[in-house]
Amino acid sequence: MPSSFPENSVGLVTPQCLHFDEPLVLRSGKRIASYDLMVETYGTLNAARSNAILVCHALSGDHHAAGYHKESDSKPGWWDNCIGPGKPIDTRKFFVVCLNNLGGCAGSTGPTSLNPETGTFYGPDFPVVTVRDWVNSQARLMDRLGIVQWAAVIGGSLGGMQVMRWSISYPERLRHAIMIAVAPKLSAQNIAFNEVARQSITADPHFHDGRYLEHGTYPKKGVMLARMVGHITYLSDSAMREKFGKASEELPSEAIKSNFGRDLRSGKLSFGLDVDFQVESYLHYQGERFSERFDANTYLLMTKALDYFDPTVDYDGDLAKAFEHSQCRFLLMSFSSDWRFPPERTREIVNALLKARKPVSYLEIDADQGHDAFLLPVPRYMQALSTYLARVSDEVNR
Amino acid sequence: MRADLDIIQHWIEPGSRVLDLGCGDGSLLEYLKREKGVSELGLEIDERKIHACLEKGVNVIQQDLDKNLANFCDKSFDTVLLTQTLQAVSYPDVLIEEMLRIGHKVIVTFPNFGNWRSRVYLSLKGRMPVSNFMPYQWYDTPNIHFCTVKDFDALCRERQIRVMARTVVDHKHQGSWMIRQWPNLLGETAIYHLSR
Repeated sequence: MPSSFPENSVGLVTPQCLHFDEPLVLRSGKRIASYDLMVETYGTLNAARSNAILVCHALSGDHHAAGYHKESDSKPGWWDNCIGPGKPIDTRKFFVVCLNNLGGCAGSTGPTSLNPETGTFYGPDFPVVTVRDWVNSQARLMDRLGIVQWAAVIGGSLGGMQVMRWSISYPERLRHAIMIAVAPKLSAQNIAFNEVARQSITADPHFHDGRYLEHGTYPKKGVMLARMVGHITYLSDSAMREKFGKASEELPSEAIKSNFGRDLRSGKLSFGLDVDFQVESYLHYQGERFSERFDANTYLLMTKALDYFDPTVDYDGDLAKAFEHSQCRFLLMSFSSDWRFPPERTREIVNALLKARKPVSYLEIDADQGHDAFLLPVPRYMQALSTYLARVSDEVNR
Repeated sequence: MRADLDIIQHWIEPGSRVLDLGCGDGSLLEYLKREKGVSELGLEIDERKIHACLEKGVNVIQQDLDKNLANFCDKSFDTVLLTQTLQAVSYPDVLIEEMLRIGHKVIVTFPNFGNWRSRVYLSLKGRMPVSNFMPYQWYDTPNIHFCTVKDFDALCRERQIRVMARTVVDHKHQGSWMIRQWPNLLGETAIYHLSR
């Protein structure tokens, strides 16, 4: 491993593209004849093939969860603080699998792929995929890798919803289900934010009904806006006050000190429509960067997958009934300042598991960072995950 | 193992479902899981203790006993435990009613405030008893609802709670014939096995 990477990093990693020829019938009734899944793995599968962990990504994630693709990468994978040698998902003990979900834009078949039937980009013709479809495709990946049972399936947010679906659809194929910052389904408020995001994309004149690639253009502004509104829901009020209230800390007056994160960008108000506050330029920057790497149609698909997720549809709306056949143990964690999927939403799942008499542990982590906390190295959260997974390792690495 | 817990474990059926309210570091549940194959669940609010439960592989839910237990279904556990915690909750009588709703059987242990040491301390010094066993001052104690064996017996009678067994032990957790004779005077820890 090159010395330029930290010691507890998985170091340089190379994704693989796996092709699947067996058609996948989707929840909507549509089918994908064949597809590619972009996959990254870390660690080594043990002889009993029992130490595999599946990591499911959330809305904007992909297969690149840990390590670096090249020496010059400025940032590691999206969950690098959690995956690596000696980290909570310890790659010395586990074989970790992460994939870009179908409909994604990081190499798996999705709207930016060529449709073999038409020879042009799928674009808006890519079928709506649901969490259930993803989990079905993940099960095929599991078969391909020769894994009979996951030691654990882990995910936060939309990733946690995939974990939930795993425990319901494939009860015998996982030992542990670990869901972080998750809700049993979206609330009207959650769906409302998603709809604003979708409208900002589809209203962009460069959207061309989703056929922007054929027009050689991109709805950049729309994706930016979508990400900006999304980003606000990932942060908490206090996280924003903290983030954008730094300058005022140096000011003497108590009154100015409590300026609610209203740091100015240039030190004075413009009395115009220019960006005045740091929070504005921050959101612009985040939106801009996101729009450079993320496909607009994929964003639409991901938000739809979120909106449609409801594990109770086949069980008369009863979540406890949905879990009836689950065989795994469950660990759930929520964060105190998460207002997107607040602790009480996670507790709905915990309570359904209690009603179904399933083994479950639940922690409510005090954290200021809002929904985003699930991606951050919050000490108690990391420690709990570490401790829990150490026991899982004892079970599977005998 | 704490000796009161040793007495409790004889009342737990192998393979049964056990809920421990205020389960602490999970030692009792770990023991019952290992020795009796119970399906265990603990409730705890202290972060460090929750972590200790995870270390032991004991199922634990972060939940405050002073908020309601409405998320637990009627008769969803064989035994509901409350060891040395009764005196620290806001509404002990409500909690016991809830335990009897959730569990077929209930085990409660608490420090007996009617013990002679407390009586002597209070009567001679005229101040709230402080001992190794109850090391807090009145203003900082988590123990806000002390009771005696007689008090608890009265509550059970009033609420028509069946006392299936009652053991009272001293600080060495031994139950001599003297304690059996004068439990409220000599006993330091009361252990009740209850049902409806």
